[in-house]
Amino acid sequence: MTEIQAPILKVRNLTVDFPIHKQVVHAVKDFSFELNRGETLCVVGESGSGKSVTARAILQLVAAPGEITNGQILLSTETGETDIVALGNRGEAIRKIRGRRIAMIFQEPMTSLSPVHTIGHQIIEAIRLHETISKEDARKRAAALLDRVRIPNPDAALDRYSFEFSGGMRQRAMIAMALSCNPEILIADEPTTALDVTTQAEILSLIRELQRDRGMAVLFITHDMGVVAQIADRVMVMFRGEKVEEAGVFDLFENPQQPYTRALLGSVLKLETPGPRPTRPVSEQPIAQIKDLSLHFPLNLGILGKPAAYLKAIDGVSFTINQGETVGVVGESGSGKTTLGRTLLRVYNPTAGQVNYWQGDGSEVDIANLSRRQMKSLYGEVRMIFQDPHSSLNPRMTIYQIISEPLRTNTDMSERQMLNRVEDLLTRVGLPADIGDRYPHAFSGGQRQRISIARAIAVRPRLIIADEPTSALDVSLRHQVLDLMRDLQSEFGLSYLFISHDISVIRYFCDRVVVMKNGKIVEIGDVAQICENPQHDYTKTLISAVPRPNPRLRADAPA
Amino acid sequence: MLIYILKRMLGMIPAMIAISILAFTVIQLPPGDYVSTYAAQLAQSGETVDSDMLNSLRDRYGLGENVVVQYFKWIGGVVQGDFGQSFEWNQPVTELVWGRMAMTALISFVTLIVMWSFSLPIGVYSAVRQYSAVDYIATAFAFLAMATPNFLLAILLLYVSTMWFGVSVGGLFSPEFVNAGFSLAKVWDFITHAWIPVFVLGTAGTASLIRIMRANLLDELHKPYVEAARSKGMPETRLILTYPVRVALNPFISTVGWVLPALISGELIVSTVLNLPTAGPLLLQALKSQDMYLAGAFILLNGGLVLIGTLISDILLAISDPRIRLS
Repeated sequence: MTEIQAPILKVRNLTVDFPIHKQVVHAVKDFSFELNRGETLCVVGESGSGKSVTARAILQLVAAPGEITNGQILLSTETGETDIVALGNRGEAIRKIRGRRIAMIFQEPMTSLSPVHTIGHQIIEAIRLHETISKEDARKRAAALLDRVRIPNPDAALDRYSFEFSGGMRQRAMIAMALSCNPEILIADEPTTALDVTTQAEILSLIRELQRDRGMAVLFITHDMGVVAQIADRVMVMFRGEKVEEAGVFDLFENPQQPYTRALLGSVLKLETPGPRPTRPVSEQPIAQIKDLSLHFPLNLGILGKPAAYLKAIDGVSFTINQGETVGVVGESGSGKTTLGRTLLRVYNPTAGQVNYWQGDGSEVDIANLSRRQMKSLYGEVRMIFQDPHSSLNPRMTIYQIISEPLRTNTDMSERQMLNRVEDLLTRVGLPADIGDRYPHAFSGGQRQRISIARAIAVRPRLIIADEPTSALDVSLRHQVLDLMRDLQSEFGLSYLFISHDISVIRYFCDRVVVMKNGKIVEIGDVAQICENPQHDYTKTLISAVPRPNPRLRADAPA
Repeated sequence: MLIYILKRMLGMIPAMIAISILAFTVIQLPPGDYVSTYAAQLAQSGETVDSDMLNSLRDRYGLGENVVVQYFKWIGGVVQGDFGQSFEWNQPVTELVWGRMAMTALISFVTLIVMWSFSLPIGVYSAVRQYSAVDYIATAFAFLAMATPNFLLAILLLYVSTMWFGVSVGGLFSPEFVNAGFSLAKVWDFITHAWIPVFVLGTAGTASLIRIMRANLLDELHKPYVEAARSKGMPETRLILTYPVRVALNPFISTVGWVLPALISGELIVSTVLNLPTAGPLLLQALKSQDMYLAGAFILLNGGLVLIGTLISDILLAISDPRIRLS
């Protein structure tokens, strides 16, 4: 956007405070910006930067105890300007702006629609809140909106419930609802974060298309620099409630002014290239060989208990993990990648196939057919790291108890020895050694994931199954955690099975990649070959759908 | 939906059979059989014992035969509406039971409705205005009410109304209405009497339902769909009633399943204290005097009432929640 346009929304010195435990946290501090008609302004920042709170403040939706303590939010009207801050968070004046002039879509399409009302009910209600219009006409308009967001068979879809739709479809329905009264401003709070990359690409192009059609201004909140590069006209970078930098999208990516912006872009770009990896030996020693592994869940149990069909979560999967190697597993949600990782540790019992594993003493066992007691000794050799560092650590156990627990069950170390080992481990993963008696809530997401890693390597395992260990982390922390995992790999000769939906993380960290779809392997190969020269159509779609952090790759980029 | 209800009703059959076996076991528990007890009773009062009549009774209930045969003879009669003889009252059980069971069902039903109509609004208000004065008062009341035993409350009320207000509150009707036909005056008389058992039976339940509603709604109030609906511009009261309350209602509705049995067993003690013409006191009396066909019939019917309550709550749940209806 080169021509100068009139701002539709002016935010002046906005401050939002959260009084917590007699202290006041300034979630947003003295924040000012302008949003022009018809432009897409991206707000980017890491978790806790105040970007979501800013979005909510504009609609007076800040949840208690949060409060707008200072500033103005000026919305231009035919007669002049309305200060949204002065309207308060209740009453007719603010309700006439919500949904009618400024609409919002949210991060969680799974829970942003009511589960007990039909899609049609919720859209028609939104229309009839702001316009005097008959139910029949509102229904026609709702059907047209669903058609516009490309939901097939819109009239029938109106009578269905949100839980009958996939995540992408729900987000489309949410967008249709937001657009139902032709708002001038659309606030999108991480609308694609919970979606698969291919669905994300579809939703992003839909938002851009609708914005151009209607000349809407879009305030787009995201933590993903790739998405920013794809969709933004202008970008604001936020850090701890303050604006760090504001620039056009090309300027920001090509000529960032502030050190924080440069660091943020640096950690994104670092993941764009493969990380340093030790060269593989010529002759590989396998550590685990998976043969025709299947896990079928019976569906629709009939009267006689005979399943009418099976959900094939894993369907005849075969591949090998070599010693000291990192094998990535990539796929969309529902592809069976997480189930695969859990089946290897017998969280689920496979229905067919073998998992041959070579133990530290050289003997070979089939994990798929081990008894419960035999599995127990195996837990000392094969460990798991989970996705969510907030829920995978018991909040009522101290860090020492958490890390020493596998030592307690798998070794006969004395308390003294364990104490020393835990201190070593904490130092090794880059945390202070004296935090053993504190509880998980005292630590940030990145620190907690380091604690999870310390717990996993405590018993000196040989194979670690890591299920999306970085996807809950901010981008600046991702490569730090990956680098730590790689250092530990060369130090202890670890092998990894690395499960992720994020192809850039896979490219940075893995030697070989397994691409999964609907429980089957579609492609398997060297990481460079899969990423640079994918053979299968599904892999191609998966890779091309990832938003690259380079605005010059956009279809509408100026030459 | 129809298939769902049919499935639920089919599921009730094995439960009903299990209850009938249990009730029959209770009938079988005392030593000797009903006919010899009856004969002994007749002989004691000096009446002549007609051995033909006794034999026909033995034949009717299959006494002396295999237990399984006896069960089928008994349940066969029950299916046709014949619950056997009450030897204590010297009447067919059927004649004794229905009036009493109807009163129990009526009191339980009225109590349930009263419990819902108080706990729902108070629970919603408590959640929406969390930590307000009303919330604290409701919470204090709830804990106190849950901790007070029913019979104590009943005795307390009896004492207060008799000693302070001089009103007789025993029974469900004033003496002049007990045998009167249906009239508006009788209904009013019922209401003036019934509020005490309803109050006694409903207090603890209302208290726990207030807590359940409050907790459920607090969970729902901060869900994203509430915020999304607010961002559409919905007025706050309408928003809360149509969205989170609707979802929070689910566990509330399913409480019928456990509230009903609790009411019926609580009713036994309360009715005995308050001298109500419901099933409870008669069941207690029947158990004490080993009038086993009468006791068996009450146990069977009470069990049936609980099953019907559960069915009603399942159907209500299916109506209110499409996730249950459509899965």
